[in-house]
Amino acid sequence: MIADWPILSLTVWLPIIGGFMVLASGDREANATKWTALTIAVLTFIVSLPLWFAFDSATAQMQFVERVPWVPAFNIEYYMGIDGISMPLIILTTFITPLVVIAGWEVIKFRPSQYMAAFLIMEGVMVGVFSSLDAMLFYVYWEAMLIPMFLIIGVWGGENRVYATIKFFLYTFFGSVFMLVALIYMYFQSGTFDILGFHTLKLGLTEQILIFIAFLMAFAVKVPMWPVHTWLPDAHVEAPTGGSVILAAIMLKIGGYGFLRFSLPITPDASHTLDWLIIGISLIAVVYIGFVALIQQDMKKLIAYSSIAHMGFVTLGFFIVFIISQNNAGSGAALGVQGGMVQMVSHGFISAALFLCVGVLYDRLHSRQINDYGGVVNTMPIFAAFMVFFAMANAGLPGTSGFVGEFMVILASFRADFWYAFLAATTLIIGAAYTLWMVKRVIFGDVTNEGVATLKDMNNREFIVLGTLAAAVLLLGLWPAPLVEVMDASVNNLLQHISVSKL
Amino acid sequence: MQFDSTQLIPVLPEISLLTLACVVLVVDLFIREEQRIISYGISQVGLILTLLITILVSQPTTQILFDGSYIRDPMSDLLKVGILLITFLAFLYAKDYLRDRGLFKGEFYTLGLFAVLGMMIMTSANSFLTIYLGLELLALCLYALVAFNRNSPQGAEAAMKYFVLGALASGMLLYGISMIYGTTGTLRFDELAQVVDKGDMNQLVMIFGVVFLVIGLAFKLGAVPFHMWVPDVYHGAPTAVTLFIGSAPKIAAFALAMRLLVDGLADLHGGWEGWQGMLIILAVLSMAIGNLIAIAQTNIKRMLAYSTISHVGFILLGILAGTKEGYTAAMFYTLVYALMSAGGFGVVIALSRKGFEAENLDDFKGLNQRNPWFAGMMLLLMFSMAGVPPTVGFFAKLFVLDAVVSVDLTWLALVGVFFSIIGAFYYIRVIKIMYFDQPTDESPLTVGMDTQVVLSLNGLAMLFLGLFPAGLLSLCSNAIGN
Repeated sequence: MIADWPILSLTVWLPIIGGFMVLASGDREANATKWTALTIAVLTFIVSLPLWFAFDSATAQMQFVERVPWVPAFNIEYYMGIDGISMPLIILTTFITPLVVIAGWEVIKFRPSQYMAAFLIMEGVMVGVFSSLDAMLFYVYWEAMLIPMFLIIGVWGGENRVYATIKFFLYTFFGSVFMLVALIYMYFQSGTFDILGFHTLKLGLTEQILIFIAFLMAFAVKVPMWPVHTWLPDAHVEAPTGGSVILAAIMLKIGGYGFLRFSLPITPDASHTLDWLIIGISLIAVVYIGFVALIQQDMKKLIAYSSIAHMGFVTLGFFIVFIISQNNAGSGAALGVQGGMVQMVSHGFISAALFLCVGVLYDRLHSRQINDYGGVVNTMPIFAAFMVFFAMANAGLPGTSGFVGEFMVILASFRADFWYAFLAATTLIIGAAYTLWMVKRVIFGDVTNEGVATLKDMNNREFIVLGTLAAAVLLLGLWPAPLVEVMDASVNNLLQHISVSKL
Repeated sequence: MQFDSTQLIPVLPEISLLTLACVVLVVDLFIREEQRIISYGISQVGLILTLLITILVSQPTTQILFDGSYIRDPMSDLLKVGILLITFLAFLYAKDYLRDRGLFKGEFYTLGLFAVLGMMIMTSANSFLTIYLGLELLALCLYALVAFNRNSPQGAEAAMKYFVLGALASGMLLYGISMIYGTTGTLRFDELAQVVDKGDMNQLVMIFGVVFLVIGLAFKLGAVPFHMWVPDVYHGAPTAVTLFIGSAPKIAAFALAMRLLVDGLADLHGGWEGWQGMLIILAVLSMAIGNLIAIAQTNIKRMLAYSTISHVGFILLGILAGTKEGYTAAMFYTLVYALMSAGGFGVVIALSRKGFEAENLDDFKGLNQRNPWFAGMMLLLMFSMAGVPPTVGFFAKLFVLDAVVSVDLTWLALVGVFFSIIGAFYYIRVIKIMYFDQPTDESPLTVGMDTQVVLSLNGLAMLFLGLFPAGLLSLCSNAIGN
């Protein structure tokens, strides 16, 4: 059986070991190095495909489980497995990474081997985060992720990259160490670092609230939620295109995933008690950050703020479930969580595509300022079509993946409270406003300056990358059912679990 | 007392090292200046030989010898192996540095080996007298080593400070010992433990004795507020000597703490009345002051000095937990720290060359462009010091935090992680300087093959031990016993 093979380990370690190989090969044969990196990335994607095809979506049990003792003295295990919640995110990771490698092909001139290696190692580590079922293993991957990203932003970033990357590192490090203490605390309550064991661990309300806050500090920074989001615009603006893509498409999802894997099931009562807080800051993210996005002059910054607003939807969907179950509205609860999940995957595609679009422009004119562009459609018609399409998706146009997740979450919010739904739905207006206004100023109108007049349309490499993403956005928008089905059992199991109080 | 020559077997490592030091001393008199490499060779071979002997005579039982003044137990075996290994690294890294500066003299090795002998005696001491003997042997050698470069006023100043403060600390320690001896009537740790257990002593005198003991210990460890000598000595001494002082003696200091507090005074551990409370204060202050002041440093040796202080705080956290897990964690931390520190200073030495001391953080600028491999090694070492997984520094911190939480001192764990965040800043600043800044000094690094290989192993060990920490952990756990 294919399910018995160590596919998860392969998906984690193939890119990491491959990354070190690329690193060792150096920059003398830059082209060969790039091809090696691409081969490894594609190979990893292929290796990860059985996770989707051999996945049994009828059960909420962990699948593809691998379990070996790691540090026996502390009961730490190399324990990995996936369910319907983590699997789509792993596929997303392995899908995006080859695109990032292609996107950096000619653009990265300085030490391309280190650049490619950083992304490959990053990929393995991120898959590890999604598949860990041992809290310490999770934490090791979670923190290890910082190292390559710190270097990616710092070495290949823009002018203000040092400030941005140190801010990024310290913010996320600050958030996560408190989670570490919470995990250690639970280890002494349960005698194990098994995450599923934590799920069934009995905890008092005060303990739960403290643990919840510790988790919140870690995940809220990662998502990022208002008011700890300020590292994100800086990091995005300064990061190279590939770095922005990985940050937006995958790293932010890790925060959302953390809520589903840790906060909700481990501290259901605290989550219930404090749901107003999360819902509140999620709505602030959706509305207020939306307005902040409106006034941005820098395209990357605008997309960064838009990411924060969209991730607000995700956390809203996750925590609205408590109010829905209070109202006894049955399946509405599942809709909220599933909507959040779909939103995460969809945002992975769309934000990646938008950052890549900005990258395409930046590579040509070396500016991210909206004012430096205008009338791009006249010189780059194919590119303009893509950019408009992704902008529409970002604004939540029906038929694109951006619509599905937002719609599900708004629908779920209606079952909770009209005003929540009302505020959440304003995003359809604000989101459309900031994205389309940017598109109008950048793409349409007359050619405003010489730079734009000399632009060349996309080359094949860029076309492949954006075309693949466009296909994914359309596919998920028109036919989201497979994605919803694979996570159905796991989401219902999660809701079942959190509806039972631990007190 | 019956004397039986088999009693000498457990002491063979010390005997062999003493012989070795004497051989180096004598041989060095008869060789010419350009043959100095012979002294180096004898020392290194001798260290390895002693290491092998230590492993050979090691066994899982405890042996107490010479009227109870000497002890050989699994803990002393492991710590001695650690000390010898780290010293081997230190001598190896130091060789080129010393040669380039005209300091390549036999005395460096003689003094170094006698210092190692002192450390080994401390590790194996079972009475106050033995431990004091070892401590003074170590300290006197180190004073001389700090002033090893006679022409450096900085070195002389540092040595003077070290000597005066070290003598004061020894005085404190002796005063404490005399009080404890006065009220319990014994110098042996195992007998002391029994007396304390029975409560057969004057409480007031005992408490004063313990306070002075802890102060002396804190001086030797370099814990705040008794840390003043650390930055000056690290800064003033030649880098090769700093490397030595900053690594192996930490293991000996850990042994000192274990022997004094745990072997002898374990029953006085509890709460704020016992030594736990004192260590809490020392640990919190060390982590706070060490990490905060390190941020302001521009000299990498001073920065690493303050970083040492903060690491000592973490080691104290493990000891003060007062459980087997705590001692194991502290031991793991100490060994890992000694290895990290040796590697860190090793890179500093590798960057220096004839007529140029890499001392300032700015000297690391653009190291990734000058030599990506060394930059990578330093990256691993720095992340390990900061405690970022998957490097071993993370597990060292994790085990200590585990131990602290297990005795219901969760708040202390929170304090610990809080200061680790602050600490992370100055470690990643080094990485920032290496990777993100442009080099100002384009000259290639000239590093000997032996240093390159060993330094690489040292750096990669951070990663390897981080991926597979279980082995070293179970070694430490077995060494602590029950």
